[in-house]
Amino acid sequence: MADARSLVKRRAGPRLWLSAGWIGLVVLAAVFAPLIAPQDPLAQDLFLGRMPPFWMAGAEPGYWLGTDSLGRDVLSRIIFGARIALSVALVAGGITCILGAGLGLMAGYMRGWVDTVISRFIDIWMAFPPVLFSILLIAVMGPGLISIIVAIVVIDWTRFARVIRAEAMGQGVMDYVASARVVGRGRISTMLTEILPNVLPTIVVLLTLEMGIAVIIEAILSFVNLSIPTDDPTWGGMISEGRISINQAWWVLVFPLIALFLTVLAFSQLGEGLKNRYDPVLR
Amino acid sequence: MTYLELKGLSARITRQNHPLLRSVSLSVAPGEVRGLVGESGAGKSMIGKAVLGILPKAVEVTGGEILLGGEDLQRLSDKDRRHRIGQTCALIPQDPLTALNPSRRIAPQITDRLVDILGWERARAVARAEELLDEVRIQDPARVMRAYPHELSGGMRQRILIASAFAAAPKLIVADEPTTALDVTVQKQILKLIRDMQARHGTALLFVTHDLGIVSKVCNRLSVLYGGMVVEDNDVPGFFAGPRHAYSRALLAATPKYTDPSASLTPVPDQVIADVRAEIDAFDRERAHV
Repeated sequence: MADARSLVKRRAGPRLWLSAGWIGLVVLAAVFAPLIAPQDPLAQDLFLGRMPPFWMAGAEPGYWLGTDSLGRDVLSRIIFGARIALSVALVAGGITCILGAGLGLMAGYMRGWVDTVISRFIDIWMAFPPVLFSILLIAVMGPGLISIIVAIVVIDWTRFARVIRAEAMGQGVMDYVASARVVGRGRISTMLTEILPNVLPTIVVLLTLEMGIAVIIEAILSFVNLSIPTDDPTWGGMISEGRISINQAWWVLVFPLIALFLTVLAFSQLGEGLKNRYDPVLR
Repeated sequence: MTYLELKGLSARITRQNHPLLRSVSLSVAPGEVRGLVGESGAGKSMIGKAVLGILPKAVEVTGGEILLGGEDLQRLSDKDRRHRIGQTCALIPQDPLTALNPSRRIAPQITDRLVDILGWERARAVARAEELLDEVRIQDPARVMRAYPHELSGGMRQRILIASAFAAAPKLIVADEPTTALDVTVQKQILKLIRDMQARHGTALLFVTHDLGIVSKVCNRLSVLYGGMVVEDNDVPGFFAGPRHAYSRALLAATPKYTDPSASLTPVPDQVIADVRAEIDAFDRERAHV
């Protein structure tokens, strides 16, 4: 008889709730930024420069997290910055995942020359220093959102390809794959029904990690001024600007840093939480 | 009238002159159980895999014919061969713990082949799958169908695999050491189940094992293999009454006796191994001259 494991309800747990909650909040902030943001993120007012956050003496009403040296509202800039952070996370993470996992799955399942070509390509690719590579790429393509996304995909697809290849190889030797082939199922169909569901939990964890990494890479590139060329607020850009006035106005640096930290943490915890909740094998 | 017939089947490690199967010939008729015995590396599983077209990439068939219902599989295109094997053959794998996909429920893993091979509707396939589970004596099939493999015991999983092997009414089933991964008490039930199902459906069964005790209970005929060569092809009563080949005799003598469990095991004598090796060398030399 089937044992009682399937009857045990797995609770989502605080990990999943907190991480999903924070990401939900950031998504809402990004989508409804113009409605939520208390101020215009680009409006400068030199009379209101370096105003402290609301609980400190001398705070200006309506500027909850204070202002930077040009008098721009920090909270509003963080809210608008979420738009860029999230679009990079979703688009770059998604493309990296599809490309890397797809190639890894093919290499690991089909083996033979397909595997040889893909694996050698990964080896060569990984020999390039990634930061230099991305800076070079952006230097050639010019700064901008598209360049950042391309840079992230180009650097990080190998991470997926490697891990998924190894997982798919492990799955490929299982008897249920042999059984599917005896039945006469095609290779692609076997790959999608027998291999993919078993590597999916790993793909989900990698994807959420990758989204966190994408947010960080975007921040790094903004920090060195290789990201968005306009005045559009980015978290990395804010951190970079805040660094200059850290002694007079720490809040300009600290709040975007907290937003960045929590978002990256939430992404990685979301993956783990989803895996624990939905992976049938862990039940 | 045989259903599966191998004529001089030879295989080697791809692009290396290292033979794995040396001109293997055997036949299985509908309703018949052919045992394939031999020690590790004798090529018994390799024969089953060659028949089902799931040889590893590192192994290639170099000669001979695999006749399935009178048609040589080697002459068909890859696609036709796959189709033909899928329509008529099934596998009962060695390890029930790795033979079911852990991330899919039981139901689709049985019904898939009814849908794929026979082109049935999903609902009809589900009903049939439940009947099959009932036939292999699984209680509460409806609940088991919704379960994931890890929720079931090894014996139950092997029952499910047997049910699913018989699902699309195959003409030939290859059972690759189906009880090796199970404990002895379960083993007996599973063997009986395979035998019952096979007899009821009139299936030709190729039964790979290293256990002569199992052969004596399950098989009608057997082939003894050594080094990828069939050293003896005999019917089961004849074999146990008096094996013809010296190696078979030694193998039979090496089997532990249930009647006298304290008797020490007799290994196959070195001289017998040397003789059968010489036989293989002679075969290879003859091949090289042709």
